[in-house]
Amino acid sequence: MEHKNWTGFNGQTWKDEINVRDFIQQNYKEYKGDADFLAGPTERTEGMMKKLESLFALERQYGGVLDIDTATVSSLTSYSPGYIDKENELIVGMQTNRPLKRGVNPFGGIRMARQACEAYGYKLSSKVEEEFKFRTTHNDGVFRAYTEEMRQARRSHIITGLPDAYGRGRIIGDYRRVALYGVDKLIAEKKKDKENLAKETFNAEVIRLDEELFQQIAFLGYMKEMAAMYGFDISEPAGNAREAIQWTYFAYLGAIKEQNGAAMSLGRVSTFFDIYIERDIAAGILTEEGAQELIDDFVMKLRIARHLRTPEYNELFGGDPMWITEAVGGMGEDGRTLVTKNSFRILNTLYTLGSSPEPNLTILWSNALPENFKKFCAKVSADTDSIQYENDDLMRPIYGDDYAIACCVSAMKVGKQMQFFGARCNLAKLLLLAINGGYDTTSKMHIGPQMPVMEGDKINFDEVMQRMDTYIAWLSHLYVNTMNVIHYMHDKYAYEKTQMALHDTNVGRFMAFGIAGLSVVADSLSAIKYADVHPIKDENGFIVDFNTVGNFPKYGNDDDRVDLIAKEMAHKVITELRKNPTYRNAEHTLSVLTITSNVAYGKHTGATPDGRKNGAPFAPGANPMHNREENGTLASLNSVAKISYDDCRDGISNTFSITPDALGRTGEERTSNLVNILDGYFAKKAHHINVNIMNRETLIKAYENPEAYPNLTIRVSGYAVNFCKLSREQQREVISRTFHESV
Amino acid sequence: MTVGRVHSIQSLGTLDGPGVRFAVFLQGCNLRCSCCHNPDTWDMNGGTEYTAEEIVRKAVRYKEYFGKDGGFTFSGGEPLLQADFVREVFELCHKEGINTCLDTSGDMFNEKVRVMLDHTDRVLLDIKYTDGEHYRKNVGCDIKRPLEFLAYLNEKKIPTTIRHVVIPTMNDNEESLLKLRSIAKEHECVDKIELLPFRKMCSIKYEKLGIPFPFGHLPEPTKEKMSEFEKLIKGINIR
Repeated sequence: MEHKNWTGFNGQTWKDEINVRDFIQQNYKEYKGDADFLAGPTERTEGMMKKLESLFALERQYGGVLDIDTATVSSLTSYSPGYIDKENELIVGMQTNRPLKRGVNPFGGIRMARQACEAYGYKLSSKVEEEFKFRTTHNDGVFRAYTEEMRQARRSHIITGLPDAYGRGRIIGDYRRVALYGVDKLIAEKKKDKENLAKETFNAEVIRLDEELFQQIAFLGYMKEMAAMYGFDISEPAGNAREAIQWTYFAYLGAIKEQNGAAMSLGRVSTFFDIYIERDIAAGILTEEGAQELIDDFVMKLRIARHLRTPEYNELFGGDPMWITEAVGGMGEDGRTLVTKNSFRILNTLYTLGSSPEPNLTILWSNALPENFKKFCAKVSADTDSIQYENDDLMRPIYGDDYAIACCVSAMKVGKQMQFFGARCNLAKLLLLAINGGYDTTSKMHIGPQMPVMEGDKINFDEVMQRMDTYIAWLSHLYVNTMNVIHYMHDKYAYEKTQMALHDTNVGRFMAFGIAGLSVVADSLSAIKYADVHPIKDENGFIVDFNTVGNFPKYGNDDDRVDLIAKEMAHKVITELRKNPTYRNAEHTLSVLTITSNVAYGKHTGATPDGRKNGAPFAPGANPMHNREENGTLASLNSVAKISYDDCRDGISNTFSITPDALGRTGEERTSNLVNILDGYFAKKAHHINVNIMNRETLIKAYENPEAYPNLTIRVSGYAVNFCKLSREQQREVISRTFHESV
Repeated sequence: MTVGRVHSIQSLGTLDGPGVRFAVFLQGCNLRCSCCHNPDTWDMNGGTEYTAEEIVRKAVRYKEYFGKDGGFTFSGGEPLLQADFVREVFELCHKEGINTCLDTSGDMFNEKVRVMLDHTDRVLLDIKYTDGEHYRKNVGCDIKRPLEFLAYLNEKKIPTTIRHVVIPTMNDNEESLLKLRSIAKEHECVDKIELLPFRKMCSIKYEKLGIPFPFGHLPEPTKEKMSEFEKLIKGINIR
């Protein structure tokens, strides 16, 4: 097939089949130069941004939610078109009919939608309530099938944050397909796939896929209707850079109108856009300034994307995030870098529009990235604290060179793989459960295998490890079964039609499990092994506290004695999980990531043998516990790097804060030192790092006077937030984290 | 096997030598500088004992971070007091391909130091004042010593950074800085002067140790003053 809008593009394979990667490989132009070519914001951009800033201020004044349309169920065509400034917008499309107005999406669960409205002083309209009386939501389905033990696991907080009442998210549509092929071609291909199913034996699996394809095709149609409401016909391929961005954005917009998934990531679009931009610049119809404007306008749209959440949800996933994660940079399989000028432009939005947590800009770091790009990234980190880094050299051999990141750290091939998101279990609580023989002292519930409370004046290491094996096996079985229920029901009642239409029909699936409290468990086990841990019992004979006497190695100091305990625990968990079959034969993966739930997890966990007090927060993700690092930054990084990515394919998150002074004396020194740190950390096979370069005092000032710091952005755990949008408790926890300082 | 007395280890040193460095602060100092930032390193008997191999085994774990400029730095305390140990560590570092850097007051010179310098890739030499009077009063040594040390570094062509703490009312005048600049210029081995602002964060350490901080009453230099001085010595950094 040929198309007039493809004039000037090379290659054939991508024309014969849906293959965006091939299109990129055949057409992109790597860029190894520096950032000097970049243009600043135009007057138009600044004017638009001013409008947005005042809207953001208003949103804050209204307690975080500016407005809710309580009478309309969010979908692709359910709102009339909305604009920030119709005359001046280069890229159009809004989730509802007005910026920052949130829609309701009850498909995940009507109760969550209702509560979210009420939390902000609204009432879900009776029309929507009435309509959903006769509908089964995802949440309804899950609770019909949940066993008593699954409910207990939830109530006791041994497993928390499960997507059983809200959209699961973490699915990335290949939104670029709409730009490259136009919707009609995508529909035609899906129709072919559907017809081909006729050859199969119609078992449950095939029938399900057949119906899913029907829905995918229908929603591709709605996507066209949605674009038409804004005056665009997206049936055909995009003809220029502006259209390519607009078409791609429409595809993404369709997805976030249809789904309120926890993480609605963007994928890997920058280098794809660059091809169109280069073609337009060569044709003399676009300037550098114009190219930056297009990207700026696109990013502005991403910055106003919102979902309606409940306060309980915000406790786990603080800061009102969407995880519009865009993977930037990386290397190609042929050794060329995938860095283009547009990789610089999208980072440049942090200057043209100011720093911001969204989109969640994620650098795919490789040792082989061009030095100029590395330096620019480091400078952007130092200036904005808005970007994160993930190890391309670790992921590329597994996912190829056209993967992206869902949410914070979950890698998947764009358009070819998806995941079933599964939040996380509380490993520290599991340790206490094991010690108490199946009694949870915080929820006061008996759960899991029942056995006597551990005896003796001193906790014995071998015995505790033996018990951990038993409880990990028990929890793994329960966790997989629970996830199977959730994702069966999500597919059945809240299937992601729009996003899955932008995947290959035969898609690879991951089932992503997670653990919280890894550093607490590692340090606790180390205390039991190397110091004397004396249990303290309550009047009922349950162990509620510990008296730990003597010194013990602590995770975060590059000490194998304890670091390998952390590594082994992750290995044990994934090994046990893998023994339990998953829904749709998804591949088990594991993350060490907490979002901001490290605070909530800690709150529901009793005192631990490492000296952590009852209810005290965990460290985030795979971080060492705060202020236990004694040998400085690199030792801490080395400890985290030991957790194996083979065990934790859903990502290992490390959030690192360093004062500018500790990173070097001059701006130039700081930049080149950060580049070396990143090179070193990733050469150690580490997976992810959030970099904050700031002084604790800044955060304390922002804590005391939030209004003065509306845009203060900080990386937390796989994503960034406006510091002022965190709860007070979350803010305090962030302030208490280790800041690596100069000595 | 020589055993060294170590005050502390910093896995990320960015302030003691070029690039990212594994910095080991040695215990024990023979001087008593009135501006000293680390009085807790003075005691010759304190610290933790390590063998050279133990130290290098640790350092090797950070090789990936060093890039083309970074490496290993010995600071203190005064590393010259443990020249044998330093030499042994530096020799082992070189076997591992790790760049070596020494932060010293240059107050001591003997055969052991000479041998040690054969294994030193860069020296950070603290020239604290440019006149003998200050040296006698506020350091406790003859200014000749560091200058002789510098002359030897020049002879051996060992790349050298001169470090100089700017202390208000003591050495924060143009005359003194110009003199420092001419000392640097006279020695081709010097490719950089690093001006460090006098800081009093260490007051707590003095309090803890129960010893008076001789310069505790002096102010810290302002940013403006520092950049003024930076301009004054400019030129030497780009030899």
